[in-house]
Amino acid sequence: MVGQTLIQKILAKASGKETEGVVENEIVFVSPHRILSHDNSAAISKTFYKMVGPNGKIWGPEKIFIALDHAVPPPDAVKAGNHTVIRKFVKDQGIKYFYEGGTGICHEVLPAKGHVPPNVVILGSDSHTTTHGAFGAAGIPIGRTETASVWAIGETWLKVPESIKIILDGSLPKGVYAKDVILEIIRQITAAGATYNSIEFYGSSVKKLSMSERMTLSNLTAEMGAKAGIFPVDDVTDEWNKQFGFQYDRITADEDAKYIKTLELEVSNLTPRIAKPHKVDNVVPIEELGKTTIDVALIGTCTNGRLDDLEIAANILKDKTIHPNIRLLVYPASQEILLQATREGILEILVAAGGQIGVPACGPCLGAYGGCIASGEKAISSANRNFKGRMGSKEDTGIYLASPATVAKSALAGYITAEES
Amino acid sequence: MRFKSQKIWIFPEDDINTDVIFPGRYTYEPLTPDEMARHALEDYDSKFIEEVEEGDIIVAGNNFGAGSSREQAVTCLQAAGISCIIAKSFARIYFRNAINQALPLVISPECSDFITKNKKNLLSSKEKIDVDFDNGLLKIKDKVFSFPKLDDQALQIFKAGGLVEYTKTRLKKST
Ligand code: SF4
Repeated sequence: MVGQTLIQKILAKASGKETEGVVENEIVFVSPHRILSHDNSAAISKTFYKMVGPNGKIWGPEKIFIALDHAVPPPDAVKAGNHTVIRKFVKDQGIKYFYEGGTGICHEVLPAKGHVPPNVVILGSDSHTTTHGAFGAAGIPIGRTETASVWAIGETWLKVPESIKIILDGSLPKGVYAKDVILEIIRQITAAGATYNSIEFYGSSVKKLSMSERMTLSNLTAEMGAKAGIFPVDDVTDEWNKQFGFQYDRITADEDAKYIKTLELEVSNLTPRIAKPHKVDNVVPIEELGKTTIDVALIGTCTNGRLDDLEIAANILKDKTIHPNIRLLVYPASQEILLQATREGILEILVAAGGQIGVPACGPCLGAYGGCIASGEKAISSANRNFKGRMGSKEDTGIYLASPATVAKSALAGYITAEES
Repeated sequence: MRFKSQKIWIFPEDDINTDVIFPGRYTYEPLTPDEMARHALEDYDSKFIEEVEEGDIIVAGNNFGAGSSREQAVTCLQAAGISCIIAKSFARIYFRNAINQALPLVISPECSDFITKNKKNLLSSKEKIDVDFDNGLLKIKDKVFSFPKLDDQALQIFKAGGLVEYTKTRLKKST
């Protein structure tokens, strides 16, 4: 057997080829451990019934995960009706893992509810399904029709990707976070630089990254076109998994596994990074960004809406008030996080500083509801995309991506900054 | 497969993302393909939807269809009449979505450059474009460009007319 990368091992296992292994570019058929979808489940269910007929049944009701998050609570009757279709589908098909609106963002809820053991394939009808690589799984994004087909037949074809190795060494300086690291990686690899590839993370810094920070990194591998972004299982993963009692082996890539590219990054001297409009790889060190005033600051999303993110922001905003020209939007990524933040007094600080707290969900991240920006306005956001029109307006607008710390500091200053005011 | 090049839409920019092809504000509304077509590329080129005609072709740069996995970014162009997209490269999920909807995609940096450079005279002569998917060949004027053929599995889905038809057939076979 030729040397196997992490993704090769995971795909070999999922396709019943563990003994012989798989080679790059080979087509394999895999059955997922879970298949994730969200508000798009209504559209997927329509396609599903086209495939199986009006009385057709789903292949694995206990394999399907649906969380309502993209328009929660629904801002209008059309989006509310979309949820109605999903609830009926869930009932009709006896889908086991359905999470009502308000539980949280799909990529947060899936692992937190114990659906992501290591070494499995998670398919998801959402591009940031790569997030689940943080847990040592292969989180692979697919489209709606393909999801419908997996619901119907229980498997899909995948091409075994080539892999990229990213080695992170050193310790993060004060004020610099996982988000800054991944933005720097995207700057170097570019928006298309990992298309069709699987990314693996190694190095001395990785061992120090929490599960939450790993999720931020894996989440953003999608913005380089990656098929997956995986952290090998280590002590940190084992510790996280204890709560679920998962049984598994630690899979590691073989010594002689092949990588098409290796990127080494020493993080000790990194400064905060900003992705300027309208591309995620349009990244600059904050010191190179001219004075940029903003109107909206968003803390939340599946990239950076976790407890540690809210806490970092709260530490900056404690006993302070945001700039009068700013609206600070805070969307905890899940109900669990919201509860925790309430208990720990984090929420009180954020509200006292002038923050508007939203229901745990995607919020304005995709521009459908919940705090869109008007034309002529600019936003700084802890999300993963700064595409034109993404937060609502497409006219004379711009979204700047940054860490929650930089977002909080900018909310105080009224312009983008990593200095504490 | 032969396309009459009614009109060629040239978007040479890299990384044209699915948010500008089909804006997020419409993604959670149940729309028909024709309704989706009305929003095709509206955040990128507002002329597109007014002027696009059945059979038009899009020629693009690198990483066309980056970003969100939303399939409407394929469906809306298809419903708007786009018969084929030729790009230097496509984003992975976009490429899969297109196969699943049987929208022909051609990966050819040379062809993308050639058409972009020769736009004027290609349009005036209403040049035909021949695309042979079995052999991965594209002919325009006297030039022949080769492009990577689809893998067997993808080709089967494409030839079935998309994944809905393919899965239907598979389910029939298994019962
Ligand atoms: S938070 Fe934003 S990026 Fe994450 S799943 Fe929701 S819309 Fe997508």
